[in-house]
Amino acid sequence: MSQQIPISVNVNGTLYERAVEPRLLLSDFLRHELELTGTHVGCEHGVCGACTVLLDGDAVRSCLLFAVQVDGHGLVTVEGLAPDASSDRLHPLQEAFREAHGLQCGFCTPGFLMTLVAFLEENPHPSEREIREVISGHLCRCTGYQSIVEATKIAARRSA
Amino acid sequence: MTSRRFFGERFTRNEDARLLRGLALFVDDVHLDGMLHVAFLRSDYAHARLISVDTAAARARPGVVAVYTADDLGAYWQPGPLLVAPPPIDGLVFNAATQVPLIKDKARHAGEPIAMVVAESRYVAEDALVDIVVDMDPLDAVVDLEAALEPDAPVIHEQHGTNLASHVVQQKGDYQRAHREAALIVKRRFHYDRGVAGALENRGVVAQWDARCEELTVWDTTQAPIPIRSGLARMLGLLESQVRVIAPFVGGGFGSKIMMFYPEEVLLPWAAMRLNRPLKWIEDRQENFYATTQERLQIHDAELALSEDGHILGVHDVFLHDTGAYNPYGLTIPINSQCTLLGPYDVPNYYTEFRVIFTNKTTVTPVRGAGRQHGVFVMERLLDFAAKELGIDRVEIRKRNLLSSDDFPHNHVILFQDSAPLVYDSGNYLPALEKAVDLIGYDEFVREEQPRLRAAGRHVGLGIVSYIEGTGIGPYEGARVTVEPSGQVRVATGVGTQGQGHYTVFAQVVAEVLDVDLDRIHVTTGDTREFHWGTGTFASRGVVVAGSACHEAAVAVRKKILGLASDALGVAENDLELEGGRVRVKDAPERAVDLGELAVRANPLRGAVTPGTEPGLEATAYFGPDRGSTASGVHAMIVEVDRETAMVEIKRYVVVHDSGRVINPMLVEGQIQGGVAHGIGNAFYEQLVYDDTGQLLNASFMDYLLPTATDVPRVEMAHIETPSPLNPLGVKGVGEAGAIPTGAAFAQAVEDALAEDDLEIREIPLSPNRLFEMIRDARATR
Ligand code: FES
Ligand code: FES
Repeated sequence: MSQQIPISVNVNGTLYERAVEPRLLLSDFLRHELELTGTHVGCEHGVCGACTVLLDGDAVRSCLLFAVQVDGHGLVTVEGLAPDASSDRLHPLQEAFREAHGLQCGFCTPGFLMTLVAFLEENPHPSEREIREVISGHLCRCTGYQSIVEATKIAARRSA
Repeated sequence: MTSRRFFGERFTRNEDARLLRGLALFVDDVHLDGMLHVAFLRSDYAHARLISVDTAAARARPGVVAVYTADDLGAYWQPGPLLVAPPPIDGLVFNAATQVPLIKDKARHAGEPIAMVVAESRYVAEDALVDIVVDMDPLDAVVDLEAALEPDAPVIHEQHGTNLASHVVQQKGDYQRAHREAALIVKRRFHYDRGVAGALENRGVVAQWDARCEELTVWDTTQAPIPIRSGLARMLGLLESQVRVIAPFVGGGFGSKIMMFYPEEVLLPWAAMRLNRPLKWIEDRQENFYATTQERLQIHDAELALSEDGHILGVHDVFLHDTGAYNPYGLTIPINSQCTLLGPYDVPNYYTEFRVIFTNKTTVTPVRGAGRQHGVFVMERLLDFAAKELGIDRVEIRKRNLLSSDDFPHNHVILFQDSAPLVYDSGNYLPALEKAVDLIGYDEFVREEQPRLRAAGRHVGLGIVSYIEGTGIGPYEGARVTVEPSGQVRVATGVGTQGQGHYTVFAQVVAEVLDVDLDRIHVTTGDTREFHWGTGTFASRGVVVAGSACHEAAVAVRKKILGLASDALGVAENDLELEGGRVRVKDAPERAVDLGELAVRANPLRGAVTPGTEPGLEATAYFGPDRGSTASGVHAMIVEVDRETAMVEIKRYVVVHDSGRVINPMLVEGQIQGGVAHGIGNAFYEQLVYDDTGQLLNASFMDYLLPTATDVPRVEMAHIETPSPLNPLGVKGVGEAGAIPTGAAFAQAVEDALAEDDLEIREIPLSPNRLFEMIRDARATR
């Protein structure tokens, strides 16, 4: 078998130490090695945004990174937004998505959430134009985007 | 039926929390011990004879467990079933050719699978694809529809000796007479090209054979788990009870995930049994562009015969339809096109003829709209051109031809895709058109705004079109409703769900009958262990057909509940009512009994169940509509075109929609907004570009553009509710409507914006490039 590189990475507050092939994509590492399957893969070429996660707080596409590149870094995936699955509490942005019907099949949703969490952190009171600009880097085939825009506005308003 | 309202309310969805937390199970999330991974070697050529495949090196690669080619399949190698037999139309020509699991003699489209590699990881499986040595002899490809019928064209399916897959003529009245009597004939040629479904989740299959229990479990991104199970059982020689097919959360379907059977769906279960190891195959996006079915490409030569005052006397339409390499769906799409063309209009005479052509391209099956948009495009464009020539306002010419509300049921005589005559059950078209005119501000726009903006050098235009959509066809769906001893209610139905919100809608349907809180109603869909009769989610039929079955089952359970409660409380059934999970006496509400308690009584541990009754508070019901219910609507949009760059900005978009009774407006609006986005993609961004060797030139999301949040405006909506008489809920389907008339409205609006160029848009998709060319050519010819 090919060469294995040891890495250690913090995901959603848990430290994982693994040995991985250099060519293993971060998306595959998260999904199949750590079984954090909330991060989705829609294109494997950086266009759809479904695989977006936070790398040291920045939204990045996990299909465009190798797992070895995040050695020593911290990641947040969609599972980390409202970590207590036994409680009804969702992250305010997740809550807003539910209220505004910001998801249909839900496949694209984790990616949108991660980008928007980082975006709202930086720009808590965005205009509609700005919201549309930032999510135009993501594809959704179901919703026609309007409800995602509404959800973002709701979340922004609440955080005021 | 109950005091509380569950219909017409914007309930949020039961399924959302799981999806939002990233905990919902999609096929690629299934992890099983000892699971192996599959990759497919696919043909690089669109049309080529297969001479040899050498898999020795691939088999020898460490980590590879097995490699299969067509020869390894033995008797299991069979072409897929013909899914929809053609309707009984006189004089019909129909040559069937369905897809095969792995190619044996030749490749008929690029991306057709040649060999299947099973390995310890997907990475290794893909490495091994490179080890396989394939010798193929390329043949000329059939790409162009008209050239395909030339006598010297290469033939794709030798057994038929022709690339003609079918030829159909349907008629109503006497078009020739209409032609003779017409004051005006408008005649044009229209092109409507291919696109992909573009579900964000690619396809995938996981198969597990449990040798001890002799049970096969298949997780499949299908819209039709039950037919998949029945087919697999038959092919593998198993009892249906030995096969469980689960369509868990599915990341969008839009028609492309209901193509029984895709090669991978046939191969993984077979190999999992042979190897006695669980297998997983997940399609990647590039494969999706080649291996997942697509829709479109029709060329219409159409003419409209009109009287001087703009009344339609007849339509004559002859078109070619590209089915790609195979035609498993029979005539479904072209028949949709020919039936939907008539729209909401009174068309006394209609001659419609089509030829379906095999080409060396990915197979075409129904995708959102399923050919309806082609019919709408042709009719609406013809009306636009007629209005211009007759000097009649475009809204006015439509008004003059709409069917009136007392024309229903309206029989169009020709046969629809379900083999029944095309009959519109109900509709109320004029108010919808008037409402759209009002919402978009048609009169003001035409009279004031447009002239003002034009004077300022801006190119703004408006498009407004009507359409109908046959929805909710049979054969049937079923549902089982069970009240558990906890008082919670379980609902199981066979349709799969791909984001439409069925969990919530079906819960609302049941709550409306039983008056139980929505969070106490648990809906299961898409698992054949839970429910194993039914067909699938297609043709905008989920809510209409399966929803009606849920209703009927709930009504039967309600009857049992009242019977038991009447015994328990010693009160006549008529004096009882259901409220909040209890049955109470109408005049003495403190005398009540919980549904859970009744469920316990219905399943006694001692004593006998009286003859003629059944244990349990449970009922199963089926619903099969005689024919489809006809949804309808009007789309209107205002665009601004940058004449230098040919970019189009959609300023406003209005939809007035009649999908019968609305159970959950939030979900209906979501379907429409999403459908419009899909339609906008079809109209302006999405086009599959094939070269003349049948190679797809833009097989990625970088080159094939889906619309994004900056391309899709907020859709302003109004509902008109004309309940369908064909089902107990009065509902009509809504899943495809948003995408159907968009191209027609877009073309009209862009033409209007560029009035000074006097363009005629007779093709979809446009793209900024194509529009730029059209503007340039129009300038040159002036
Ligand atoms: S999967 Fe990473 S951007 Fe599409
Ligand atoms: S909700 Fe289905 S792709 Fe976005």
